[in-house]
Amino acid sequence: MHNKIIELKHLTKNFGEQQVLKGIDLNIYENEFLTLLGPSGCGKTTTLRIIAGFEEPSGGEVLFNGVDISKVPAYKREVNTVFQKYALFPFLNVYDNVAFGLKIKKKSKSFIDEKVKKTLKLVGLEGFDKRNVTLLSGGQQQRVAIARALVNEPKVLLLDEPLGALDAKLRKEMQSELKKIQKEVGITFIFVTHDQEEALSMSDTVVVMNEGIIQQIGSPVDIYNEPENRFVAGFIGESNIIPDAVMKRDLLVSFDGFDFDCVDKGFKENEEVEVVLRPEDIDIVDVENSKIKGKVKSIIFKGVHYEIVVETQYRDYLIHTTDYFETGLHVGLSFGPEDIHVMYKM
Amino acid sequence: MKHYVKLVRPYLIWSVLMIVIPLILIVIYSVTTGGNTLVNIQFTLSNFKKFAEPIYLQVFMKSLQIGVITVLFCFLFGYILAYKICKFSERAQSFMILLVTIPMWINTLLRTYAWMSILSDNGIVNTILTKLGLDPMTFMYTDFAVIVGMVSDFLPFMVIPIYTSLSKIDHSLIEAAHDLGANNVQTFFKVTFKLSLPGVVNGIMMTFLLSVSTFVIPKLLGGGQYMLIGNLIETQFISVGNWNFGSAISMILAVVILIAITIMRRMDPDDAEED
Ligand SMILES: Nc1ncnc2c1ncn2[C@@H]1O[C@H](COP(=O)(O)OP(=O)(O)O)[C@@H](O)[C@H]1O
Ligand SMILES: [Mg+2]
Repeated sequence: MHNKIIELKHLTKNFGEQQVLKGIDLNIYENEFLTLLGPSGCGKTTTLRIIAGFEEPSGGEVLFNGVDISKVPAYKREVNTVFQKYALFPFLNVYDNVAFGLKIKKKSKSFIDEKVKKTLKLVGLEGFDKRNVTLLSGGQQQRVAIARALVNEPKVLLLDEPLGALDAKLRKEMQSELKKIQKEVGITFIFVTHDQEEALSMSDTVVVMNEGIIQQIGSPVDIYNEPENRFVAGFIGESNIIPDAVMKRDLLVSFDGFDFDCVDKGFKENEEVEVVLRPEDIDIVDVENSKIKGKVKSIIFKGVHYEIVVETQYRDYLIHTTDYFETGLHVGLSFGPEDIHVMYKM
Repeated sequence: MKHYVKLVRPYLIWSVLMIVIPLILIVIYSVTTGGNTLVNIQFTLSNFKKFAEPIYLQVFMKSLQIGVITVLFCFLFGYILAYKICKFSERAQSFMILLVTIPMWINTLLRTYAWMSILSDNGIVNTILTKLGLDPMTFMYTDFAVIVGMVSDFLPFMVIPIYTSLSKIDHSLIEAAHDLGANNVQTFFKVTFKLSLPGVVNGIMMTFLLSVSTFVIPKLLGGGQYMLIGNLIETQFISVGNWNFGSAISMILAVVILIAITIMRRMDPDDAEED
């Protein structure tokens, strides 16, 4: 992509006895929409707060354009934050909230006026200048918070679960709007969420975290299709995870008593691995035509597809298909080499 | 709902007896002649006119002056104290707030006597000064002594509301200010102070009310000749026996306090919101 703007180098953070970040290495590029994704408590907010300057790292470095900024106070950093609960100043109206940063920087009145108006328009709040922020709806407060940060033209915008408090419909709207705004202003967004769907649909790069460790960095497609380990596979969408597979050699993996061609290589011979099969990648076929055989245990209609559980000798498989199969029916399961995702054992 | 209304009734009756009736009496006294009996009373405004005489106006101005100075010092020390307390851990905070409130449990009279023993000509301060080879100073029966007594006495009434406001501040607002480029000083004046204003307004109202109406502190620390409006009212009721004039002064004081409260209320962002 472009140039690196932020580099996290073996970042650690302790709160008392508890180590919350256990060595985060991450490059963030100009113009990138990067999402930190992980379950609650995995250290996403802490990472963001270290970048913003609200927490000091216990170890490691934060480089901004190649310069270590770990000791630079928050107010001198060229990043701005959209806070989780917006943190708008209740004693200022919409205009003055947005103008806050520019006033601090002693910009001229006409400059401030022009920038604030332009930014309010960008976030769809034209004419809201004099409104009391405490009386706005959640979605509108959200937009004020975004405008208040963007008006300062930061190089990087940090967003901590900004859509968490919105209802599902508004959330979807704001997702595409945020993406649009990011394209329009052309700066780096570092976005935090625990919602995998949100992460996959908005990001250029997804960083999956768990317990203070980065599990995988990749494009949404990579993360979804090629999870590197069981945690990522389990966290991103529903999956069939086969924990007791063996990599016979390059391009050949064995589980459930059969060998399967696959596209993965670089493992040791006979290395124990885990295999992920996405529910939508498995086809239900005639019993005769397949290696893995089983019986339909349940079928649930999900609107677009059926969710079918097939019971086999070794395990239950979850399958998404648009075809109907009766419970109790004997079926075979089929999948191609590229549907098999081999991961290192955790 | 009806049940609760019934429960409130004894309290209402009590309030009427203890607050409203004396108030009505004061109003009646203030606009009548005839001393402290209510037989053959006559309507008059002379009690209020009397207050316009220079000696009384002087006392009034002096009270306002001492009151304002006391409020200013209470605000200065009270704010700093409340601000510092907020920097400690929560447990330490509640302990310190307890320390601040302890003097309030002790009778004003006793606390004022304590100041007398500190400030008197051969009191603690002068003993120390002499020990250090310095000349002793006169503190007692000066404005200084009165203000010291009042500030120390009323300080908790400033600290508590300011502390309450400060400790309620959402820390993410402070971080938001830093995030937008404000350093610590800018953040204090543009965010922290504004968010503490409700506490400041309450603190100022309470300490002002206390300092313009006290009579114990000026009497003990200012001496027998020292006259503030509280003392004036007290003498009218107790020594002079002119309840009518005393009541009129009380009425005037009440109006002044009401005006002050109204002005302060307008400055309170929380209350001013509607307009
Ligand atoms: N100021 C703090 N003091 C002590 N523990 C904290 C503090 N902030 C966060 N933690 C702990 O650090 C862990 C990670 O928190 P956080 O970064 O907020 O996670 P996330 O944003 O991914 O949910 C949690 O276990 C949390 O309790
Ligand atoms: Mg968080």
